[in-house]
Amino acid sequence: MHLTFTLNGNEIQVEAADDRRVVDLLREDLGLTGTKEGCGTGECGACTILADGESRLSCLMVAAQLPGAHITTVEGMTAQTDGALLQQAFVEEGAVQCGFCTPGMEMAALALLRQDDAPSRDTIREGLSGNLCRCTGYVKIVDAVERAASDIRSCRDRENT
Amino acid sequence: MRTVLTPSCLEEFFSLLDAHPDALPMAGGTDLLLKLRNTAAADARPVLALGRMAEMHGIRAEGEGLSIGAAETFSGIIADPLARQQAPLLSLAARQVGGPAIRNMATIGGNICTASPAGDSLPPLYLLDAAVEIVSRRGRRRLPISQFILGPGRTSLGEGELVTRVLLPRDGCFPCQSFEKVGRRRSMAISVTSFAGQARLDDHGSIAAARFAWGSVAPTVARFPALEHALVGARLDDETIRHAAEIVRSGVSPIDDIRAGAQYRRIVAGNLLVRFLEGLRG
Repeated sequence: MHLTFTLNGNEIQVEAADDRRVVDLLREDLGLTGTKEGCGTGECGACTILADGESRLSCLMVAAQLPGAHITTVEGMTAQTDGALLQQAFVEEGAVQCGFCTPGMEMAALALLRQDDAPSRDTIREGLSGNLCRCTGYVKIVDAVERAASDIRSCRDRENT
Repeated sequence: MRTVLTPSCLEEFFSLLDAHPDALPMAGGTDLLLKLRNTAAADARPVLALGRMAEMHGIRAEGEGLSIGAAETFSGIIADPLARQQAPLLSLAARQVGGPAIRNMATIGGNICTASPAGDSLPPLYLLDAAVEIVSRRGRRRLPISQFILGPGRTSLGEGELVTRVLLPRDGCFPCQSFEKVGRRRSMAISVTSFAGQARLDDHGSIAAARFAWGSVAPTVARFPALEHALVGARLDDETIRHAAEIVRSGVSPIDDIRAGAQYRRIVAGNLLVRFLEGLRG
């Protein structure tokens, strides 16, 4: 099928089988390898992307669901200030070790911060509860999201004054 | 390759179904897509994706109750003020389904039609006397959920039929409501045992009415109407609670599987009732 959707702010047109998994479409057809495939069964969160602002698992989506959708992947998250600050916080707080879970973690965290700009640590843990990390023990990831929330709020306050 | 069709209304759905009578309806796809990936390559049945059908969405008051589109996601249910107010038990369970991204995809209609003994929304839906609205070329019918779900993965959905809405009558005024799920971890895990409870106490602190339902301990949701009846007027003393839990432990019919043993499930089923009844003492 021929499909048109918005990917990281740009409208694109691609040819894909109806049942092409979105994670494969992104990684193999479009070369955006930031999105990872961990379990391929919707359990690990590594393939998390944003579809119309909501977190979704790209291993459990097929191409036929994409027409008209606004998709954001980790490659597109820094185009907006909140995404850039979140990614910076992950770097500075040491929230990345092997890095495999990081794109999915960041997408899940971004979806959370756009719903709640001052989440408690428990809320952050809940927001990231669908994403597995085998390295960090999660503490530094929660630290990073907490810091990003504060950085994003300060940035907004500065812009508003 | 498997054809995926995306009807935008019921009329189009039935036209496509006429053309592809073997097509499989798909709502969120969180369960179906995995199942299809494990089927033989020869199985090329088309999929009818329901996400774009307006009739399958929306949560609205209907009479004194609530009508929920079968393709509403659990996130949609959690966020809906009407659902929170009129069916708090369902909201509680919706919050414990999968993780955030799964809740953005998985739907209430999918949870019902998958008919897993472990479906998290099912114990609440049984207690809320939910019915499903089933539409076909022949017309509409409504069926109580307890008659709709026949066994693991089995429903009474006939050929050419689609579950379009989930109907909840007015909530029966239970001030105490609880949903608990025990799994290998808090998020994402499939329930080892789940429990939904509703209760109302009288002025003396005895039970005026109580309803309970368990998931993952029988082929379909387990209820104990005789126990619920016997508890009316009962005081919440240790002996009553112990006895009630014993009835549940011996009455459920769980299986051993990869997630837990049957005996463990029996014990947990009883313990969840104990916790709920003890919690009522305040």
